[in-house]
Amino acid sequence: MPKLTIDGIEVEVPAGSTILQAAEAAGIEIPRFCYHERLSIAGNCRMCLVEVEKTPPKPIASCAYPVGEGMVVHTDTPMVRNGRRGVMEFLLINHPLDCPICDQGGECDLQDQAIGFGSDHSRYAENKRAVKDKELGPLVKTTMTRCIHCTRCIRFITEVAGVPELGATSRGEHMEVGTYVEKALSSELSGNIIDLCPVGALTSKPYAFVARPWELAKVDSIDALDAVGTNIRIDARGPEVLRILPRLNEDVNEEWLGDKSRFALDALKRRRLDRPWLWRDGKHVAVSWAEAFSAIADKVNGLAGDRIGAIAGNLSDAESMLALKDLMVSLGSANLDCRQDGAKLDTSRRDFYSFNTSIAGIEEADAVLIIGSNPRKEAPVLNARIRKAFVAKGTPIGVIGAETDLTYKVTHIGNDPALINALHDGAHPFAQVLRDAKKPLIIVGQGALARADGAAVLAAAWRLAASVGALLPDWHGFNMLHTAAARVGGLDLGFVPGAHGKSVAQMLDGGVDVLWLLGADEIDTARIGSKTFVVYQGHHGDAGAHGANVILPGAAYTEKSGTYVNTEGRVQRGFMAVNPPGDAREDWTIIRAFSQLIGKTLPYDTIDALRARLEQVNLVFGRIGYLPRFGCSDLSGPSGDPAALSDAPFVPAVANYYQTDSISRNSPTMAACAQTASEATLLAAAE
Amino acid sequence: MLQDKDRIFTNLYGVHDPLLKGARSRGDWDNTAAILARGRDAIIDEMKKSGLRGRGGAGFPTGLKWSFMPKQSDRPCYLVVNADESEPGTCKDRDILRHDPHKLVEGCLVAGFAMGACAAFIYVRGEFYNEGRMLQAAVDEAYEAGLIGKNACGSGYAFDVVVHRGAGAYICGEETALIESLEGKKGMPRMKPPFPAGVGLYGCPSTVNNVESIAVAPTILRRGADWFLTLGRPNNAGQKLFCISGHVNKPCNVEEELGIPMRELIERHAGGVRGGWDNLLAVIPGGASVPMIPKSICDDVLMDFDSLRGVRSGLGTAAVIVMDKSTDLIKAIARLSKFYMHESCGQCTPCREGTGWMWRVMTRMAEGKADISEIDTLEQVTKQVEGHTICALGDAAAWPIQGLIRHFRPVMEERITAYKARIASPARMAAE
Repeated sequence: MPKLTIDGIEVEVPAGSTILQAAEAAGIEIPRFCYHERLSIAGNCRMCLVEVEKTPPKPIASCAYPVGEGMVVHTDTPMVRNGRRGVMEFLLINHPLDCPICDQGGECDLQDQAIGFGSDHSRYAENKRAVKDKELGPLVKTTMTRCIHCTRCIRFITEVAGVPELGATSRGEHMEVGTYVEKALSSELSGNIIDLCPVGALTSKPYAFVARPWELAKVDSIDALDAVGTNIRIDARGPEVLRILPRLNEDVNEEWLGDKSRFALDALKRRRLDRPWLWRDGKHVAVSWAEAFSAIADKVNGLAGDRIGAIAGNLSDAESMLALKDLMVSLGSANLDCRQDGAKLDTSRRDFYSFNTSIAGIEEADAVLIIGSNPRKEAPVLNARIRKAFVAKGTPIGVIGAETDLTYKVTHIGNDPALINALHDGAHPFAQVLRDAKKPLIIVGQGALARADGAAVLAAAWRLAASVGALLPDWHGFNMLHTAAARVGGLDLGFVPGAHGKSVAQMLDGGVDVLWLLGADEIDTARIGSKTFVVYQGHHGDAGAHGANVILPGAAYTEKSGTYVNTEGRVQRGFMAVNPPGDAREDWTIIRAFSQLIGKTLPYDTIDALRARLEQVNLVFGRIGYLPRFGCSDLSGPSGDPAALSDAPFVPAVANYYQTDSISRNSPTMAACAQTASEATLLAAAE
Repeated sequence: MLQDKDRIFTNLYGVHDPLLKGARSRGDWDNTAAILARGRDAIIDEMKKSGLRGRGGAGFPTGLKWSFMPKQSDRPCYLVVNADESEPGTCKDRDILRHDPHKLVEGCLVAGFAMGACAAFIYVRGEFYNEGRMLQAAVDEAYEAGLIGKNACGSGYAFDVVVHRGAGAYICGEETALIESLEGKKGMPRMKPPFPAGVGLYGCPSTVNNVESIAVAPTILRRGADWFLTLGRPNNAGQKLFCISGHVNKPCNVEEELGIPMRELIERHAGGVRGGWDNLLAVIPGGASVPMIPKSICDDVLMDFDSLRGVRSGLGTAAVIVMDKSTDLIKAIARLSKFYMHESCGQCTPCREGTGWMWRVMTRMAEGKADISEIDTLEQVTKQVEGHTICALGDAAAWPIQGLIRHFRPVMEERITAYKARIASPARMAAE
């Protein structure tokens, strides 16, 4: 580890570090535009200049210069200051300085650093450069005149997103960042270039001219639109959520966020259920909470427990699911299910249904097999991790499932479930790749389980994992990739059919007389029996609410304090950013209030008491944020016969990334994205 | 004055056969196997001893550069020859490519062998269409004759030579941009370190040399470093191709000893300055990138690396651009500024933004439409660009302007004053 001195501070950093990294370790901030710790080093902005003793007497770009033993660095000498002032002047001569009408204003690196190194007047008397804006699709707004050519967006799209659609054309001062042939960015992570852009060249299109950053209240939360559990920050002004940004979490999302999670927020103002409704005389009429509750109570009272059922939707928080489960149990019902898609998940052991390797652990894997999943669409942030491993080490990746572009090179083994057993038998060359690997990793998607032979697929995948050495005492390479934020939490707290209880399929077609849908919109609502009395508790007037007899307005994930368990089994907690609209309430309080009305009062009055109960049900709920990693010492597999596979090809769980749930389906921005994506597909097909 | 017996480029003017038969008659490919038989270290030591300095402009000792290549490498090593000759005023490599290509091909083998390279890539400037064809013909001939290829010259050493044509960008003459371009990417210079000798073409150890540096190597090895040292001056050994252009009676390329007085070079070989030596105004002694020097310095300056550096200019590519008293120096430098603006790759900030700024101010200065204080601003801008960029193009764009301001500031001031007087003149206003 080389030792060097920066501004008189001695610091020791790993060999191969750059001066800029060493300065950070020493607590010295060096201004930069192009440097970003998760992207390759470009060294083109020249803002990070420093002076190093015993080198030629000119400033050195610290972001790219490796440290050496005994190096003496100065970051605040006249040469350094003049160099940075010069660079700042050059950056500003062709920058429009339209900060008053720029959405980046207030959170702009150029603005901030101009305070330190800018001049109070301009010496540039010539005309400024103007650059034509580029059309990059419905999400990213461009004002290319503001571009300072740091190339962060190019590097992100190429390196992290793996969709090399951005580049620089022309040279010198005519250099322009763009797609060359105009097209919308096809990456599911494209919104991140807005965060990466140090100036206002790339801003959010839906958020254009909406707010200034200092007006926003910022609340930490967890994304609920996929099962990655991305850490987010919700920016709200008054009752409105205006912006969602990723929050740093090295173990989960690093600092990335999927486009759906970032931009679907405009649905939070549309088609909201903001008061209770009752189906009366052929239409929904607005009623009071008391009327709505008494209508349900009338139905429930005296009904046998096994004629009542509940289905939890994909966006549900653990608290409301537990409250609903407790209510159902008190009513004598064991008809509970949180698996709307009917995935044949085995809940007898936690490692049968979670992403055991952990998301960060993907980087350690030296061979990957993906079964019946398209992680690019089901969990784009997690897919970026797989790509990261691929880029860093060239990890071989095999796919059994539909052939698509996952942004990295894969060996497409085929789309026949029988291939899982072929790999087990060593009848395919990729079997050897998995066997040779020290840390093989198998990812099973919901598309592989939500089918009649799902249990067989699960058992076959586990058997394969065991036979290729993916299940070791210090390495658990069996992974379930979920698509629903509520799924693992629901399984953890036992929101599954109890003894003699009915599953989703059994509750449909008149299997129960009262069906309580907790935000369940992804079931086939047409199959609900005509005599079944449906209670829909949720936040959007989506599929589930349409035929409901009673609608109870709940809160979206931004409007409640909630616990979510991501696909890894990591328990995370989000906080309320805004109040639910109108008469809508936080979901667990609705269930708690109803329980009191029917005389089966649930034993918790506060969210803390409910969370204590959660922990009582399953200890994992007491472990917030932290995920211990286990190896696998018990190789016995899930119930299911690996030989009972059908020959039907796997169908991906997510066909349309942009519209997967009641929030994203009601988002105009997501609708525009979906249309752009399908047009692009048509265009590609036509060619 | 270089004697005929000491000339290396004996077919510089293309009067003889440029291809293999002619080349052999001029002594090329004469027992090359014996040179290779001396071994890598002996060749590099001989080159170091000869004091050959790189002929591409920077003047870095060639033998030393070769010695940076790893002695043992698990990756292949490459020699890259920079034939992207685009420096305004320079046309020496062109004559080597079209009239003496075998000197270069043989040099590739010798240099490549010395640095343990398995192949040489010759990056030929896109505009050199015929030159590229001639070089390719020479390479094909050499393959056919077994001089290069699997068993080069019967030495048992396998060596390939690949001719690659550029697409016409000045910046691709910068060694790392050339490597990028050769790899099929946009020609933008890389950060150093790592240097090409560690991580170069396709991530493998590489050395980038100028055509002339490589082409003279076989002759030096044949005739010995001591012979080479007898030419030129201390630390500036050997001969060099000079390209004399501009206001001279007979513009030409000529091979001469380093250290020849500039006046002798111009008068003996180029027929003297148009209108006589006293009609000389200034000379750019080393291609467009180096600062110009006024006649008072030209009178007795010697043409070598150290002498020209001593007068705050440089030998560069030894492209002598002569300007007589009819020249509008400000306009001339403004034109060069436009060139650098056009050829800046646009990667790093000072060069991308600074070259455009400098050109715009220079254009106004050429007319006089500026303020006298702007001369200082302009000089500061050149200083803000110089030394702050990834590659040397920023320096190259700054130096001509610095040279102009250093030596001809009164001319610039006079132009501005005259312009001010002109627009303030009541007669003109009345006429309008």
